[in-house]
Parts: sequence; C-alpha cells; structure tokens
Amino acid sequence: MSQEASHDDGHHNLMVNNKKLIMWLFLGSDCMFFGTLISTHLIYRKLYPNEFEPTQLFSLELTSFSTFILLMSSFLMALSVSAMHKGQMKSFRRNVVGVIFFGLIFLGCQVYEFTHFAHEGLLVSTGTFGSTFYLMTGTHGVHVAIGIFWLISMLFYSQSGKMEAHKNAIDVEVAGLYWHFVDIVWIVIFTVVYLIEFIA
Amino acid sequence: MSTKITDIPSTLQQSDLNQLKPEKSDIGLTRPDHSKNVFIDWLTTVDHKKIGLMYGTLALFFLLVGGVEALVIRTQLAVPENNLVSAQMYNQLFTMHGTTMIFLAIMPLNAAFFNFLVPLQIGARDVAFPRINAFSLWSFVAGALVINFGWLLQALEAFGLFSASGPTAGMNDFVPAMGWFGYAPLTSKEFTGAGTDFWIMGLQILGVASISASFNFIVTIINMRAPGLKMMRLPVFTWMTLIVSLLIIFAFPAITIALAQLMFDRVFGTNFFSVAGGGQPILWQHLFWIFGHPEVYILVLPAMGIVSEVLPTFSKKPLFGYSIVVFSGAVIGFLGFAVWSHHMFTTGLGKIATAAFSLLTMAIAVPTGVKIFNWVGTLWGGRVRFQAPMIFALGFVWMFMMGGFSGIMHSSAPADAQQQDSYFVIAHFHYVAIGGILLAIISGIYYWLPKMIGKMWQGNLNLWVAVMTVVGLNITFFPMHFLGLLGMPRRYHTYLSGFGWETYNMVCTIGSYILGLGVALLVVDIILCFRSKKPAGNDPWDARTLEWATSSPPKVYNFAKTPIVNARDALWADKYGPESRKLGAMDEAHGIHMPSQSWMPLIASLGFIPLGLGLSLMQAGVPYAGYAAIFGLVTITFGISLWAIEGPGGYHLHPKEAVEEA
Ligand code: HEM
Ligand SMILES: [Cu+2]
Repeated sequence: MSQEASHDDGHHNLMVNNKKLIMWLFLGSDCMFFGTLISTHLIYRKLYPNEFEPTQLFSLELTSFSTFILLMSSFLMALSVSAMHKGQMKSFRRNVVGVIFFGLIFLGCQVYEFTHFAHEGLLVSTGTFGSTFYLMTGTHGVHVAIGIFWLISMLFYSQSGKMEAHKNAIDVEVAGLYWHFVDIVWIVIFTVVYLIEFIA
Repeated sequence: MSTKITDIPSTLQQSDLNQLKPEKSDIGLTRPDHSKNVFIDWLTTVDHKKIGLMYGTLALFFLLVGGVEALVIRTQLAVPENNLVSAQMYNQLFTMHGTTMIFLAIMPLNAAFFNFLVPLQIGARDVAFPRINAFSLWSFVAGALVINFGWLLQALEAFGLFSASGPTAGMNDFVPAMGWFGYAPLTSKEFTGAGTDFWIMGLQILGVASISASFNFIVTIINMRAPGLKMMRLPVFTWMTLIVSLLIIFAFPAITIALAQLMFDRVFGTNFFSVAGGGQPILWQHLFWIFGHPEVYILVLPAMGIVSEVLPTFSKKPLFGYSIVVFSGAVIGFLGFAVWSHHMFTTGLGKIATAAFSLLTMAIAVPTGVKIFNWVGTLWGGRVRFQAPMIFALGFVWMFMMGGFSGIMHSSAPADAQQQDSYFVIAHFHYVAIGGILLAIISGIYYWLPKMIGKMWQGNLNLWVAVMTVVGLNITFFPMHFLGLLGMPRRYHTYLSGFGWETYNMVCTIGSYILGLGVALLVVDIILCFRSKKPAGNDPWDARTLEWATSSPPKVYNFAKTPIVNARDALWADKYGPESRKLGAMDEAHGIHMPSQSWMPLIASLGFIPLGLGLSLMQAGVPYAGYAAIFGLVTITFGISLWAIEGPGGYHLHPKEAVEEA
C-alpha cells in the first residue's frame, strides 16, 4: 500500500519519524511516573529504616536471575529490530518469540516473588514498605505485560503476511524503544530497591 | 460535513477517484469516511477543527456549570449564618467548582484553541496523530462524566432510591467534598465516601486525555511545520502550546501516581497516606503541588499566547521582543517545577527549604513581569484599534498584573503565614484565573470564532460583556483581599457577624452576579454570532499569522497547497512585506492526503466510563460494579487493538482551488 506509506508524507522538520518522537516523549513522561514511585519508596524507607527488614525476604539469586533474563530479552529485541530492518522475517519472528518467552519468565519470577512474599507476611497493607514495594514493582510488571501483549500482537500480524520491512520496521523499532526502556527502569529498581539493601 | 465530491475536477484519473470511495479498513470494516450522517461524521471525526469545536462547546458548558456552583457558594455567603445549603453541600460545591473550572472548563478551552489553531498556524493539514487526538477528546468526555456522576447518585439518594452499603457505607457524600487539592487524610476511606472515588477516577481519566493530547501537539509542532517555518518564526500561541504540552507530560505523572496511591489506599488498604499505617499525609501535599504549580502555568501560558497574538494584530505592530516573550515563557515553564512548596509554607518545611522556595517564587515573577513589559511595548506607538478581542486582551494585561502582585506578596513566607487559607489567596488566584485566563480566553473567542465558523460578530454586545466581566470580577474579588487580611478563612460554609466581614461579603456576592451576567451575555453573543449572516472572509482583522491566509471556516484540508513561509508574521509579510518575504505554495501534484475517520478512538475512550464508575461504585457496595470495571478495561483493550489493526487508511483530495491555480 503505497498510499499508507505516502500518508506520512509530511516532511519531518526534525528528521525523526513521528512515531519514534512520540515514543521518546512517552518515555520521558514515563520517567516521571517511575521517578515518583521510586522516590516514594525511598522516602518511606529512609523515614522508617526499621519498619521492615527486606534482606530477610529478598532472594538476591532469584532477582539477579530475572534481571539477567530481562537483559537478555533486550538483546533479542535489538536483534529482532535489526532483522526487521533487513527484511528477514523468519529471523525477526524467531527473535520476537525469544523476547516474549524471556519476558514471560521475568513475569513468572515476579508472580512467584509476590506470592512468596505475601506468604511470608509482606502484604500491600504491611506498613509503608509493602505499599510502596508492590505498587512500584507492580507498575513495572504491568509495563512488561503490556510489552508482551504488544509483541504478541506483532507476531500475529507478521503471520498475516501484511508486515513489510519498509513500512513496519519503524513500528518494531518503536516497540523496541519501549522494551529497552522498561528494561532500564528495572535495572534502576533492582539497584536502588534490592541491591542497596544488601550493602548496608 | 464531509468533503464534497464536487471538489474533484473532472480531469481526474479514475484511479484517484477510486480512493474516494469509502475504503475498507484492514479489519474488513468500511471506514466511516464521507458519511452523510452528521452524528456518525462527528463521532468518528479525526479533523482537528471539529475536535477543537467540540472541546470548546463542552468546555463552555462546564464553565456555566462551574459558574452556577460559584453563584450558589456566593449566595450562601452573602449574609452571616445563612443556611441556604448545608455544610456538607457547601463542601461539595466548592470542591466541584474548583475541579470543574480547572479541569473541565479552562484546560479544555485551552485545548479547543490548541486543536483548532496549531495545525493552521503551522501550515499543516492536521495533527501528527489524528486518531489519538480524537481519543483525547472522548477521554475528556468520559472523565467529565465520571467526576460528575455523583450528582446523579446524590439525587437518587434524596429520593430514597440509592444508599451506599460497601466499604464507605453510611457516607452519603457521593459528590466529592474534600477540596480540589484533595488533601490527605481527608480523602481516606474513614472520612469521605464514593465522591472521593469518582474524583480520583475522573481525574485519572482526564490525565490520560491531557497527556495523550500533549504528546500529539509536541510531535505536531516539532515535526509538521510548513517549509520555511523555523522555530523562531512560530506564532507565539504555538510556542506556548509547545511549552504547555511539555509541562503537562512532565507534571501530570506526579498526580497520576499520587492518585493511584490514594486509590490503592482506599481500595486495597495500602498505607501511602493513612496515618495509622505510618503513611505521611504531607507526601500527598508534595506530590499534588509538584503537579499543581506547573498546572497553574499550564492554565495561564496559553492565555499569554492568545494575548501575544491579539495585541500585535490590533496595534498593527509586530510583537515587541518576540524572542524574549518566547524565552520567558520557557523560563516560566522551567521554574514552575521548582516552586511547589510555596503552597506549603505553613507546614514547617524548615528554614532553608522555606527560604529557597520563597526566593524561587519571587524569581518566577521576573519572566512574568518581562512579558508584561513586552505587551506594553507592543502597544507603544502602535495604531491601536479598540475592537472586541483587543478590549479583552488589554483587560487581561491589567487584571493579570493585579493577580501577580498578590502572588508576589505571598511569595514571602512570613507574609504568607498570614494569608494562607484565607480569602486573600482566593482573591489572588481569581485575579489570575478570571482576570487573566478567562479574559484572555474571551479575547481568543472574539478573535478566532469568525475563523472557526466563517461568520462575523454583529452588534456591540461585546462591550457589555467586557464591562460586566471586568467590573464584576473586581467587585467580587477585590474586597476578598481585605476579607483575607481581616482573617476570614476560606472554605467555611458560614460565619458569624461582628468580625467586620458582613459588608465585604455582601459586596462580593453582588459582584459575582454581575460577573455571572457578563458570562451569560458572552454565551448570548456567541449564539448571535452563529446566527449572523455577515461572512467573516479570510482575514477580517487584518491579522498577521498563517491561519488567516485560508478560508473561514477552513476546508477539511486547511490549505489547498502547503504554504512556504518566508517570514515570522507570515501573512503580514505576505500582505505588506517585500517580495522575498511573501508566502509561497508547494506543488503537490499527487493531491492531498487526508486521514481516515475511525470509530476506535471513541470506543476505546468510552471504556473509561464503566472502568471509572465501576471502581468507584465498588466502594459504595453496588453489586457487580467490579464486573463493570473489568468490562471497561476489556473495551479499552479491544478498541486500541482494533485501532492498531485497522491501519491509518486515508484518501486523496484534489481541491479545485489547487487545480485551478496550477
Ligand atoms: C507572579 C506569579 C505568581 C506568584 C508569585 C504566585 C504565588 C502564589 C503563592 C505563594 C501561592 C500560595 C498561597 C497560599 O496558599 O498561601 C499561590 C496560590 C495560588 N496561585 Fe499563584 N502565583 C503566581 C501566579 C499564579 C498564576 C499565573 C496562577 C494561575 C493561572 C496562579 C494560581 C494560583 C492558585 C490556583 C493558587 C491557590 C491554590 C489553592 O490553594 O487552592 N498563581 N500563588
Ligand atoms: Cu503555585
């Protein structure tokens, strides 16, 4: 459909595609969302240092593992973007399946972690720690879930044969931006929420 | 109104004509393009001009709603120990008055101007993402419904048809009653009922609308300018739209998260703000004002943009110090993020923090003052024409300054300790909100409505509107300075006699009726304009910017040919400038691409209604409300998915004008 491609015929004064620009803006805004969540957590943590002892509950092994998995999914995401640019459909699909699979493992770990913590007595209503911890990591989990939903839709769409490198590479690239961002946010959370607890 | 086929010259090739037939989308449904049915056409529209008009109409309606609420408040306060409304009802009235005016009247009125004007001012055919734009509009409608839904429940309750039984049983405040800034812990489940839930969900939905619209405008302004329209040639109104949009995407997240935390406190028993579980109510104040102060600039910067367009046109002079006006707008936007704690001077922040926020607040008055000088400089030596838009723009400069003065007064923390929570603060922000923003918006209406509907104002009702609003607002709000300094606290539903407040209050109330009458006359004048027989013509005011270069009302495609801009005040230079500065036109042999209309934005946004109502009613113990919420979520997902799959589509147009000129 040349029509669709030419639809975006507005010259871009900034040489950045509209879709990419709007994603960058969204990510900028999303930084503020996570910024607010993470600061709330840190503020209460500092205010009530003895309210809760997270090191007893956190399993550094498990969370390091899921962090590693998420990092690797980002790597696969980069591969699928590059495959799409080259028009290598097969390789694109293979890599996207990988991203989805790793994303699901990450979510699985999170679900396990949540149930385990809840079992051990950390509920959303447990002081301020439970509140901030679950809302923050939960919001991140929802981001991952939305990303997985997005990629699964793309996978199905590519199955329909309508996906073409020249017009859809940008869509994949934008999804990639989102995925990498969600990954980076997790690294921040992993550092300031998990790792730091074990240093002191 | 869809495009007429008659726009197509007969020399057109058959292949081009085919594209005008309603096309099937990628999901196999016929796209609602070129519909003869007016309802379908408006409900599925992606045209920024129609979206702008709908925003404007709804916002004017809510301006009247908020106005009636205000008049009831003032009537209650006219005399001491009045009991026109109960204390509870009074709380609901001031809460809904503030919330309505800020989120449902002024913000969408600004959005109406953004929508209608920005693509025209930058010589574009539409915004960058037309369907997202429609989504913003309908989400705004959904949010407005959810926030106001409590009135219905309250009416039902009055007739004995409804009562709360859930976690907030026994609390019959179905309309929000905790103030527009919703301070914790008043918002917790122990103190307020379903009204707070409607407020949380409604604001959350309105936030989605504002943030998504802002993404769209930033991309549009950055990426879709006509050739030659460099950033420093942009009309100031477009500049202010850009800055405001940036403020929105960075300021709204703070309140979105705060509202989410509050919702979790209420629904899932978390302890973000609940004191018993260790929560700190002051955290809410910080998060709210980190959003709230940028918000006041989100409200006022577009007004400054409007005035910066009107003053040069009616002085027949370029804006004095264009780059300084733009730059000080940006500085205001930036500093706006660093002064939030001036709303919290009396909470005991500590000496250093208080001093720092006090200084920064004083600093923010500097770029504001600079702008005032620029506006006055624009008038200086100009050939000033006192036509309706100009009268209101001049009113803005003068009245806004009054609000700025009281603002600087309470930027000093010790002074603010006296003024905080008194009528002095009410006087301050109504001078900036009505004297500033509303007057500028009225000025914008008088200036641009002829462009929007193609008809020219008749008669001189506008003078009456001007006199009534300006006189009314001064009679209403000037005495409030004294009331505040005499110690009258805000938000009390009545007062005793003997404090020396009686006369002032009576005067305020009389003034508010004059002001109300002024706004009512404005509405009458707008209706008269719609019925006017006098055509506006392309450029009724001898104006300066690109939107006046095209027809009134503009065609769906805005410009038959994309203009090429060679000067800052593009149209002015075209009319009176040297040859090298005149407007050019792009040669677009392939015709104009128009985006297809779509149902999906509407469907996705409507999902917010069951989601918002469901979550709120769950609290009031309405059976199956949770399912409604899930249904809403599914609808949103469904709408967005189909939206992605259906593809943007689009069709070609070959307007006659373009073909004839070629
Ligand atoms: C010269 C610039 C301004 C300064 C220095 C300033 C300063 C202040 C300060 C210190 C307060 C807190 C008063 C208190 O609660 O004790 C305040 C309140 C307020 N200001 Fe301004 N202001 C300025 C301009 C504006 C503008 C342009 C707007 C709106 C468009 C605005 C809207 C408000 C509102 C709504 C409140 C009260 C909020 C509430 O308590 O409900 N201000 N201002
Ligand atoms: Cu402020």
